[in-house]
Amino acid sequence: MNPTPWIDGRFDENVITTSLEQTMNWARANACWPMTFGIACCAIEMMATGASKYDLERFGCGAFRSTPRQADLMIVAGTVTFKMASRIKRLYEQMPDPKYVIAMGACTIGGGPYFKYGYHVVKGVDLVVPVDVYVPGCPPRPEALLEGLMRLQDKIQSKRMTRGGQDVLPVPHHLGHVRLPEDALALELEFAGERQI
Amino acid sequence: MISIYDILLDRFGDEVIVGQNAEATDPWIEVAPASVTEVCEFLRDDERLRFDHLNDLTAIDHFEPDPAKRARFAFEPHLEIVYHLSSYETRLRAVLKARLPRWRNDKHGEPPALPTVSHLWPIADWHERECYDLLGVYFEGHPNLVRMMMPEDWQGHPLRKDYEWPEDYHGIRTQ
Repeated sequence: MNPTPWIDGRFDENVITTSLEQTMNWARANACWPMTFGIACCAIEMMATGASKYDLERFGCGAFRSTPRQADLMIVAGTVTFKMASRIKRLYEQMPDPKYVIAMGACTIGGGPYFKYGYHVVKGVDLVVPVDVYVPGCPPRPEALLEGLMRLQDKIQSKRMTRGGQDVLPVPHHLGHVRLPEDALALELEFAGERQI
Repeated sequence: MISIYDILLDRFGDEVIVGQNAEATDPWIEVAPASVTEVCEFLRDDERLRFDHLNDLTAIDHFEPDPAKRARFAFEPHLEIVYHLSSYETRLRAVLKARLPRWRNDKHGEPPALPTVSHLWPIADWHERECYDLLGVYFEGHPNLVRMMMPEDWQGHPLRKDYEWPEDYHGIRTQ
């Protein structure tokens, strides 16, 4: 096997020219450390996302920090009660800028199953802290959280630091479909033919 | 098969042991709320009964908040405190009920009171706190009767049928 070199041998004399904006965004998006912070059942899926099968670390976001002072990202995973809201706000305020919030799961987005009769549940964590990305599901699959994380990375990449620069989110954020390789496509057609018989 | 009701009636009389329902799935005995502690102490310590375990302590709010449906509501508005007891020793089970008015002196917001059983079964400590928090029942003689589920500065008791939601809690919209 002869692997093609990715980055070695492509630059001269160890000098790379790039813009500060691009470098900062690249660094921020690819080392977005989340806080070790789970409130309810969504946290189980968040743990699965961090574990070896889904491996959040592939995208540079797997270093769960045990203190808000070292974290850039708060994944609010679970039902936010009124009792918990003040703690979440305090944790958010302790995080250094720039900081980002992912609202994970139905409860966190808008109260979920507790929307009508839950006297104890905040109807969406965006009433407490500003949210960047919403990941729906009850609970969301690890794939969904990974997707949410990538959309957050898009958002970070779109940050403009120059004077008068406007943040432009890539539109559409995501194409929404995956192109299958040719041989997989052929296999799919073959199976479709068998099913019809 | 011994009758717990007969034993209690024999010991306390019909002033304290108000009634029973033997036909219910869980047959229950109604006790005067002021005498709950003495009855429970007797149930726990009597040789024939030995109720050493309190399975559950909760309350039921019998009330219909909708005025249109109130005419067909089958109960007088009242609050029922329910004690589920069982014994590991004699294998008996019993359900006690105490009937209270919904509010003390009919003043909305003032919880009605009855004596605690938390010194008889330590688990009743938390059960009574929960009951106080969510249903608004004051247990006299409880060592630490503060809210358990809701934040300490919460207003009202959420499991009351006529509970009115606050508009917001510390600036967070609740609806």
